[in-house]
Formats: sequence, C-alpha cells, structure tokens
Amino acid sequence: MARTLINAPTTAKRGDVIEIRATIGHPMETGFRPGEDGKTLPRNIIQRFSCKYDGETVFSAELFSAVSANPYIAFHTVATDSGTLVLSWEGDNGFAQSESISLTVTA
Amino acid sequence: MTRIACLLSLLAFVLAGLAGAQTAPPKDSRRSGYDFMGASTQAMQKDDTLNPGMLWVKEGEVLWNQPAGASGKACASCHASAQSSMRGVAARYPAFDTTLGRPLALSQRINQCRQQHQQAAPLRAESQELLSLESFVALQSRGLPMAPPDDARLAPFRQRGEQLFTQRIGQLNLSCAQCHDGLAGGRLASSVIPQAHPTGYPVYRLEWQAMGSLQRRLRGCMSGVRAEPFAYGAQELVELELYLNARAKGMPLESPGVRP
Repeated sequence: MARTLINAPTTAKRGDVIEIRATIGHPMETGFRPGEDGKTLPRNIIQRFSCKYDGETVFSAELFSAVSANPYIAFHTVATDSGTLVLSWEGDNGFAQSESISLTVTA
Repeated sequence: MTRIACLLSLLAFVLAGLAGAQTAPPKDSRRSGYDFMGASTQAMQKDDTLNPGMLWVKEGEVLWNQPAGASGKACASCHASAQSSMRGVAARYPAFDTTLGRPLALSQRINQCRQQHQQAAPLRAESQELLSLESFVALQSRGLPMAPPDDARLAPFRQRGEQLFTQRIGQLNLSCAQCHDGLAGGRLASSVIPQAHPTGYPVYRLEWQAMGSLQRRLRGCMSGVRAEPFAYGAQELVELELYLNARAKGMPLESPGVRP
C-alpha cells in the first residue's frame, strides 16, 4: 500500500465549490533512466487518476513519464449531496489504490 | 546656496541613520534555508497536507509501532508514545555515546537501538525505512530550538568538524566555508547559496524527488567540488553534523523541511 496525503473538506454547503488535494507516494520511474548496472530501468508510473463522487466520475487525469515522483493532484468539484468520494490511482505492474473520503453536505 | 544646505542636511540625515544602526541591538543574521526559497516551495513545507515529507513521517509512525527483530519489540514497546518520549531528541543529536566513545548521529542511534534492543538487522543508510523513522522522530521536535549538547567530550569532534568545514577539498579546491560563510545569499548558477544551517533535516528535496538525510546533502556538496565523498556513517560526516548543529544553535527545527 502506497502512502497518501489527502486534504479535503468533511462538510460543505450544497452548491459550494470544494477543493481536493491528494499526494501519493510513488517512484514514477520514467523508463528512460539507466540503473546502476547501466541497463535501462523498467518504467513504473501511475497512468491514471480518477475521482468518483457517489459513483459518478467528477475528475480524471492521465499521467505520463514526465510527472515527478510522489505526484500531487489538486482539483475542484461542486458539493451536491452527502456521499463518498473515491480517489483511485492505477498504474504499471498492476498498481491500484483507492482512498475514500466522506463528505457531508448541508442545505 | 540652498543646494549646499540641502546636501548638508541630507548628509546629516544619512550620518544620523548610520549612528542609529550602530546603536541598535545586534540582530541574528543567521537565516534558515527556508528564507532563501521561493514562495511556492515555502508553502509546500508549511502545509502538512502538501509537504511530501509527511509521506515518510506517516510511514515512520507505522514502523514505530511495528515489532521488529528477535525481541519482538517495537520502538513503542520501550519508548511508548513518540509525541512525548521523542520530543526534543532530534534537536540535540548527534550526541556522545559512552560505550562507543564517539558521537552518534540520530540515524545511527536508531540503528543501534534496533541491533541492541530489538535484536534486528540494522537498516541500510538512506533506506526508506531509516529515513521514515528518522523523520518521524524529527517531527516530534519541530519548532523547538536546535540544542546541541554542552558536552565536553564532544568538543574535540566538533573542532574537527569545524576544521573539515574550512578545509579546501576536491579538484575545485573549495571549502564549505568559502561558499556558505563567504558567499551565502549569492548564487551558484541559478541556485541561491544558503547559509548551511541544517534545520530541516531529513528534508524532502525537489531535486531528489525524495527524502534525504543531512549526510546525503553533505556528500552531494562534496561530489560537487569533485572530492571523494565520505561514506555514509563516516566519522567525518558526523563531525561535520556536530559543527553545523553548533553553528545553528537556537534556530528552530523545521523537519520535515522541503528544499529545492
């Protein structure tokens, strides 16, 4: 399990724009660098990040070799109903991780 | 005539200003590397949800509570809550070890504890686990002033550290002091030269895209001046650490720092 740092509000008013910030610990090995033995290190990156708010995708991103290690992603969404936001990262070598945040929306 | 009077009054004003500056109390001219960074990097360090160093801290907290070695003990088995037992520890290391008769850096002390009390294999220098534990311990001293111990047994080691700091090394024939005492605030290519106060270690360095120890940073500078860097854990690096900590005495600890 990779480590994550997630900053998101736990409560919001309906219609509020909320910001979600997420960092995940990942080497993001580019696939172009030589290792200590001179051979190219195999690529190991996160390829896709997505956020589902009550099952609906509200944000997604494709990541490539040029993205730094431990990628930090910040995005906004509109608070509509109380529910769960599921952040998921998928990448090379079957890497997959999900983190859930629950959001309470008041009228 | 009026122009001369004007100039004279200006001169008097400047002189008064100079005299005022001389009588003002001496201010601490030491500045942390944090003050030399850009606003975005500073923001990254200040906010724990943005600071990537916190990934290592979180890992360190897990390791703190995880049993290791033949003893089946975790760090927490003896030291209990790090929040209270490790408060101030990072601010005073390296400290003198009586059995070994020499100073030990914090990472070496963690490994000594692992070997002696947990009966576990020592963690490799600069390994993720060791850096995680070190940054978790260092976090407990965040905000406290750097407090190098006032231990007479450390004096000769610290002196050797100072000598290493001022010793010209490498093909470029440069000493640490030439840049970090003499040219601090200036630039080496596009990078600002800081005053070399180790207040944020272990730091998350953007260039490394990872956490690293003060020893890694020192070794980086050594290969930068084309000198053969001392090995991790070498006595010389610990002596340099001792001297740098004495130099930064009283400055607030910032770990986990973020540096460009």
